[in-house]
Amino acid sequence: MTVLIPTRLSTANLDACPSTTTAAPSAERFVLRERGQREVFCGLTGIIWLHRKIQDAFFLVVGSRTCAHLIQSAAGVMIFAEPRFATAIIDERDLAGLADCNAELDRVVTRLLERRPDIKMLFLVGSCPSEVIKLDLSRAAERLSREHTPRVRILNYSGSGIETTFTQGEDACLASLIPELRRTDAAAPKSLLVVGALADVVEDQFKRIFADLGIDSVAFLPPRKAADMPAVGPNTSFLLAQPFLTDTARLLEATGAQRLLAPFPLGAQGTTGWLKAAADAWNIPAEHFRQVIAPAEKRARAALEPYRLRLAGKRIFFFPDSQLEVPLARFLYSELSVDPVEVGTPYLHKQHLAMELDQLPETTLISEGQDVERQLDRCREAKPDLVVCGLGLANPLEAEGFTTKWSIELLFTPVQGYEQAGDLAELFARPLVRRTRLEV
Amino acid sequence: MQLTLWTYEGPPHIGAMRVATAMEGVHYVLHAPQGDTYADLLFTMIERNKKRPPVTYTTFQARDLGGDTADLFKSTAWAAYERFKPEAMLVGASCTAELIQDDPGGLAKALNLPCPVVPLELPAYQKKENWGAAETFYQLVRTFAGPHAPPAGTKREERAAGTKARCNILGPTALGFRNRDDVKEVTTLLGELGIEVNVVAPLGARPSDLARLGNADFNVVLYPEIAGQAATWLQRTFAQPSVKTIPIGVGATRAFIEEIAAISGVDASRFLTPDASRLPWYSRSVDSTYLTGKRVFVFGDATHAIAAAKVASKELGFTVVGLGTYSREFARDVREAAKLYEVEPLITDDYLEVEAKVHELQPELVLGTQMERHIAKRLGIPCAVISAPVHVQDFPARHSPQMGFEGANVLFDTWVHPLMMGLEEHLLGMFREDFEFHDDAAPSHLGPSKGRQPSASTEAAPSPAASPTTTEAQTQLTETLAMSGWSLEAEKELAKIPFFVRGKARRNTEKFATEQGIATITIETLYDAKAHFSR
Ligand code: SF4
Ligand code: SF4
Repeated sequence: MTVLIPTRLSTANLDACPSTTTAAPSAERFVLRERGQREVFCGLTGIIWLHRKIQDAFFLVVGSRTCAHLIQSAAGVMIFAEPRFATAIIDERDLAGLADCNAELDRVVTRLLERRPDIKMLFLVGSCPSEVIKLDLSRAAERLSREHTPRVRILNYSGSGIETTFTQGEDACLASLIPELRRTDAAAPKSLLVVGALADVVEDQFKRIFADLGIDSVAFLPPRKAADMPAVGPNTSFLLAQPFLTDTARLLEATGAQRLLAPFPLGAQGTTGWLKAAADAWNIPAEHFRQVIAPAEKRARAALEPYRLRLAGKRIFFFPDSQLEVPLARFLYSELSVDPVEVGTPYLHKQHLAMELDQLPETTLISEGQDVERQLDRCREAKPDLVVCGLGLANPLEAEGFTTKWSIELLFTPVQGYEQAGDLAELFARPLVRRTRLEV
Repeated sequence: MQLTLWTYEGPPHIGAMRVATAMEGVHYVLHAPQGDTYADLLFTMIERNKKRPPVTYTTFQARDLGGDTADLFKSTAWAAYERFKPEAMLVGASCTAELIQDDPGGLAKALNLPCPVVPLELPAYQKKENWGAAETFYQLVRTFAGPHAPPAGTKREERAAGTKARCNILGPTALGFRNRDDVKEVTTLLGELGIEVNVVAPLGARPSDLARLGNADFNVVLYPEIAGQAATWLQRTFAQPSVKTIPIGVGATRAFIEEIAAISGVDASRFLTPDASRLPWYSRSVDSTYLTGKRVFVFGDATHAIAAAKVASKELGFTVVGLGTYSREFARDVREAAKLYEVEPLITDDYLEVEAKVHELQPELVLGTQMERHIAKRLGIPCAVISAPVHVQDFPARHSPQMGFEGANVLFDTWVHPLMMGLEEHLLGMFREDFEFHDDAAPSHLGPSKGRQPSASTEAAPSPAASPTTTEAQTQLTETLAMSGWSLEAEKELAKIPFFVRGKARRNTEKFATEQGIATITIETLYDAKAHFSR
């Protein structure tokens, strides 16, 4: 017997696609703000996917043994070859003033660059200890850049846990690139910039769609090679591919570039809304847009359908982690009929998330920040069917009888775009399917 | 500043967490920024613990700095007490909190919490994980056993006749390499010897159990890196001698039993039979002949590295070509041990140095930590893990001790197995063109080999040794295709040589021919080469 479950949004009615309407000024929605123990990684963690993305960049954390241990542990399975990240561990000699921190850093950087002649861009990444002792990494980066130019560009950003949570590290990294970008003036042709690290395969899919739509000048930030940095200026329009890029977006806007109001490209609807925002900015006729996206969108919907039957009506609870929580909840709710009970996020950027927030039902509790013990209490009380949480909480919750999905996988797996919509749904369905299979 | 790619040990507060997590009824309040909560996953993911570690982090942020981080610590400690009602609380700082100097110990004291509080001073910029674990355990032992100490100089009372001797087992922690299984193995062994186990600590102990440590007659220190300091204090305070032998391998297990027999006066002779472990017979069985003189490189914490070198050399007949440790605190012991094998000891916590050494020595087997597993994988050398740091696959579902007679059986299996697999790997290389094999087939024991996937190729460091197995296989393939320089008869003769040494024979013969300036390899050349290389 097939159960027919209607999707929450009429999918036939694309003209009502959120990207085309100005976000309706909804009544201010209640947000639970908490300030207790956070159970979220710091921004250093972003290095794990960023170093894979920019293939000739190296990330040097200036920090403590804890920082080195964090990256190593979060990377999970250690990477087979020598990775393109490392830690310059501050020791007691540096702190006691026996060694000059700046001279030490220069020595470490020189040794590193000798070892890795393939490196074209080096990020000095600040940590809690480097910030507390006020080691000025921007000056160090300038000094070292002068010394190693033109072979290597040296930049800096902070991934410290006192300043950044988890994915904010990527924001800080990309923000550090903006001043480096070549500027275009008002005479430059119109160009599109996609901002936020995406898997190469996803980038290529989007590139093809943009080309079919007739948008030729498309660049991605971060690029795959340090030399391929895009240019920006008043004729640049940008689309955020990730919801956590607050500072990057602000700095881009300061160059005169315009942010296109769009949902995030998760699921079929999300991807269509996201592409539509660009299509509209390029005045692409609606019919042509439909024609271009129709086959992929249809494939995505077909891929989602079996998961919708499986997931519809399930109650989901998000612990704060990647800041992807709100767009994911939107996807699960509007495309798979999942019921979000609580959607926690480390930081809620209402502007960037306007379209997604509007689509979440009133019954969903949005929480910002964290008090992990109280949130666990709420979770136990709510008894959701699926809990999305970090690695530290997953197994203990499973042992309590909950079904969980680790949120970090959502960052390491290609999930954006039409062709990945089914994979994204599958990530949520798999833990539930597993439960039904096991008889032990 | 030290440039570090991978670390063997975490910061010292991770050591404290290993002790707290191993115990019951203890809660640790750690003054630390949010990112430091990553440590939970070590226990919940790598060790698959069902409970979160008993740790509350203050997760202070930049906006708290200079203002109320001390208040934040105090309110966090209170809230943690209220929620968890522990029997004892540990308080301390991580690296960042150490710099802001809030003094968690002092703050906690001022709070007058209704439970004993043990302040931890773990200098994060000087010390590391094992030191942190040892210091934490020592402080806990002092705090809870201390009040029961007899006046200084008191002699231990003689055990009443007919009562069993009693001992403590000290050192096992959470996240320790096979600690769970070693404890079970050693406890069983002690039971068979007629010795009662008073307390196992830290693993599974409560603070109230630590208070009873003095009731034992002696201590069995399984992991000196963790429990050495506490055992020394117990010896001084309660006149409890420590059993020093670490029962890894058949010889050491026998020595361990003899040492216990001497301390406790039990008759252990029936446990010293040759059949207690299968290792001696398996090692003597003729198919093990090929193990003779296999060149092995050993690296790990001091205790496991020293023990492994001894077993490798004396119980498996390997040749130890390298021995080292990342535990600088125990460097002296490793230096002593290295003398036995006439090798240069490698005392370092620099992963790159270890990698360079393995590269230079080209051993046939690596016994190391998960870091060496990766080094070995990259170099295509068989490897077995013998020491922390370890990964999720080193917490097997089955009982798999390193210690005792069963532990010796496990060592035989886990060290010999990768060598057998090494053979398989050669076969795979040799029959690469066979329809059953294809280019993506990797040696099965290496798991999905990332090194051969294009995605990882961008990762490959500019190292000539990136994938020796593949290169070797390709060489063999080319050789098969073009047997130039071989006479037909020599080629036929070569085909008669067993397939698993054929590749080697061919390479050696060709090398010999080149050296001797021989243009065409005849049957004669083949046997001349054989004679030449078997000298
Ligand atoms: S929270 Fe701070 S100290 Fe901890 S790992 Fe992150 S940057 Fe390093
Ligand atoms: S070539 Fe064959 S015989 Fe020689 S070491 Fe390798 S597996 Fe053993």
